[in-house]
Amino acid sequence: MPAIAFETLEKGQSIGGTTVRVNRADLVRYAGASGDFNPIHWNQRFAEEVGLPGVIAHGMFTMGSAVQLVSDWAGDPAAVIDYQTRFTKPVPVQDPAGSNPSDYAGTEIGIEGTIGALDAEARTARVDLTVTVEGQKVLVKAQALVQF
Amino acid sequence: MSINPALQGRTYPAGEPYVVGREKIREFAAAVKASHRAHYDPAAAAELGHADVVAPPTFAIIVAQRADAQLIQDPESGIDFSRVVHADQRFTHHRPIVAGDELVAELHVDQVRAMGGGAMITTRAEIATTAGDPVATTVSSLLVRGEDQ
Repeated sequence: MPAIAFETLEKGQSIGGTTVRVNRADLVRYAGASGDFNPIHWNQRFAEEVGLPGVIAHGMFTMGSAVQLVSDWAGDPAAVIDYQTRFTKPVPVQDPAGSNPSDYAGTEIGIEGTIGALDAEARTARVDLTVTVEGQKVLVKAQALVQF
Repeated sequence: MSINPALQGRTYPAGEPYVVGREKIREFAAAVKASHRAHYDPAAAAELGHADVVAPPTFAIIVAQRADAQLIQDPESGIDFSRVVHADQRFTHHRPIVAGDELVAELHVDQVRAMGGGAMITTRAEIATTAGDPVATTVSSLLVRGEDQ
């Protein structure tokens, strides 16, 4: 159960924002943790050969890291009973010459949350997430439903 | 079209159970940079009423993608994994996933449709405990890019 009182919420209200950074080491870690070893997420040559600009983040990394804002706001990650998104733009993760791959700052993902809908009967709040890289949306219709 | 259209409506039965480990939840939470204590500390999870550390909202992708692998590896599917792009994803949780759960996933191919030179395939994994209690429903759409895309 979230710590916030449902009755105090208003549609359009911000739940705040945060940023997450992702480098190649983060993608290797996510690949291992999730079991998704598609080489487009860790091998530059392969990514280019299949027509991508380079290595891109797992869509599920972006989706998974963005929802933490909602888990923390709700106070209980299990309060997120439904979570969906469309992946519209790849998140490129560079490997600049001379950088240390494990501590390079990487790509910054911006995450903002707003209450998009409230259902008083079901006691749920829909949080709409705006997830951007360099000002461009990388997730569309990213919505998390929180049970109160 | 890069996917066999006859796949639509097909169901792949649940395979071996996936046993949710406490360390796996911690590892996955760290990998998505989720810092909520309920993912790491059983006492913090217990304060929220959970039997053990609680999985992040997207953890079920591990179970869902293992189920999807049956389809991708099915020689009849015609799917070239290297040309797969994740188009959309949804998780609906019927109850939280916690360490110690033994999960099985039945995979349903809900839709196969042509998209330009490629194809879009929508799969649904119905995740339940080995005792048969529903845990989560995941829906994924994968775009398989055509040779010219």
